[in-house]
Amino acid sequence: MMLDIKDAKQEALRVVFGETLSDLAEEFPDILVLDGDLANSTRADIFAERQPDKFLEMGIAEQNMMGAAAGLATVGFIPFISTFAAFAVKRSADQVRVVVAQPGLNVKITGGYSGLLTGKTGKTHQSVEDIAVMRAMPNMTVVVPADGPELRQVLRAACLHDGPMYIRLTRDPSPVIFDDSYSFVLGKAVVVREGSDITIISTGVQTVRALEAALMLEQEGIGVHLLHVPTIKPLDERAIVEAAARTGRVVTAEDHSILGGLGGAVAETLGEQHPTIMKRVGWRDTFGESGPDDALLEKYGLTPHHVAQAARELLAR
Amino acid sequence: MNVKDHIAQGKSGQTGQLPIDELTRLAAQVRADCVRAVFQAQGGHLGGPLSCADLLVALYFDVLSIRPDEPNWPERDRFIISKGHSAIGLYSTLAARGYFERQELLTFDAIDSRLQGHPDMTRLPGIDMSSGSLGQGLSPGIGMALGARLRGKSWHTWVLLGDGECQEGQIWEAAFVAARYKLDNLTAILDFNRLQQYGWPGANGERTPPWDPDPAAMEARWRAFGWHTVSVDGHNMAAILDAYRQALAHRGHPTIIVASTIKGKGVSFMSGAYEWHAKVPTAAELEQALSELGQTQNGIDDDAGH
Repeated sequence: MMLDIKDAKQEALRVVFGETLSDLAEEFPDILVLDGDLANSTRADIFAERQPDKFLEMGIAEQNMMGAAAGLATVGFIPFISTFAAFAVKRSADQVRVVVAQPGLNVKITGGYSGLLTGKTGKTHQSVEDIAVMRAMPNMTVVVPADGPELRQVLRAACLHDGPMYIRLTRDPSPVIFDDSYSFVLGKAVVVREGSDITIISTGVQTVRALEAALMLEQEGIGVHLLHVPTIKPLDERAIVEAAARTGRVVTAEDHSILGGLGGAVAETLGEQHPTIMKRVGWRDTFGESGPDDALLEKYGLTPHHVAQAARELLAR
Repeated sequence: MNVKDHIAQGKSGQTGQLPIDELTRLAAQVRADCVRAVFQAQGGHLGGPLSCADLLVALYFDVLSIRPDEPNWPERDRFIISKGHSAIGLYSTLAARGYFERQELLTFDAIDSRLQGHPDMTRLPGIDMSSGSLGQGLSPGIGMALGARLRGKSWHTWVLLGDGECQEGQIWEAAFVAARYKLDNLTAILDFNRLQQYGWPGANGERTPPWDPDPAAMEARWRAFGWHTVSVDGHNMAAILDAYRQALAHRGHPTIIVASTIKGKGVSFMSGAYEWHAKVPTAAELEQALSELGQTQNGIDDDAGH
């Protein structure tokens, strides 16, 4: 199912988002895109050009945009909110709660520019806690795709799923790791690599870096069991317990705070069902800053080397 | 002739389906049911529901194209009560209009009730949007109005706002966007009662109005955002109906009706008293309130003549 990461082609999730939704609007005529004046960043502009009658510019007013989407959902549309994750989740958190999540309306919230790599915008635009906020929201489904092929299937699944959904997207091109045989199923985790020494559980594009870490560790003779968790909620708890039981040691990896995101969700699950020694790789309860991508990943501890080092440390315990 | 056309003729005194004195009687019944339900629940809000009772009755009995026996009728006019703490006012109006039995009003705020403290669209058919966190209702109204336009439908969307909640920034986000899309199929009704839960204390403990109390100043605020505005006495049934007619007839802008009202209207000791925003009457106060509202019995059954 997986391609070799070294020669993998690169795709930006934001471009795949704009293109795929434009195509899906032919099949699902009720799709609308609501933009918070960031379409040429989030690449909702691709949709605006291809489906101009289904594109609604809502201005720099996220709270109103969320409410308008809720109203559109009540009359049968499938509104996709498009803005940065930092704003979609926090700027309009109470609106998500009261008019989307509580009534369970069919609003799809896409959070672009999530995580550390936001094109040198700095801490205001880097979303470090969006997964934690959204997964704490009752009725909300939370999906964090790893690459373009997976995102294409996630967007289709979003149209088929009746209810609120948060889809976390990223800005920069990232390696394609899944091929045509890959099948995304909402609520299911997927074993990317089998091994018996240590388990790495990852989500989003951090799965790509986790995969690189796995390849490094295998060079050292360490067998890695890599579980990719695209659906943070509902969480595939069974797959997580099985993956943990394979090796007895778990590293989690995400481009998000280690508090309340994937690492938190895995710790909650294992703590109740299969206590397992863990290390969480992610933002260590800090905000970010602007800078080149490589420097940011290094400083905030998100590179494949950091994931691999966490695994080595856990194995040494 | 449908109700909308009837209203659009603009006859005063006998507009719509019911004579003015019958609408006025219904508004008194709605107010009485609010007081009864809050007394029964031993909790809830009264000042706001009483200030908007005439606005709700006029809308539900004379303007909205709705089917109480088919609350989710897809072509219906939409209504959002943005000031969700006035829920019991809406429930009492819906019961009077035949959505459910008035007796159910006595389950207000009870566990498992369809009549939640703030309106919950997942519980009670006839609620077009959940509300309660203030300042949020106009935005879903924009979605419903845009939805009508995109689908080529003729339903009209109405949103009841409180003046207190207009302190929320989202109201003005929505005001801008509604005007930007020229949503003339969207009407806001502002229950301009000039009091809120706590408000701004004056030197002698009285409450000073949050806004310039002159409705013209409030109209100017909305006109600056690109809205068509109408001012009306929110307790004059004929004038309210006329304002609704003007809103439906206006083209090219969303309309806001600035309805000057008195918080706690209809009950002397609640009128204009901010303390009655959310306060439970004693048994003696209940009796006095119902008496002032022209109700001869304390129970809902006793007065449920139809």
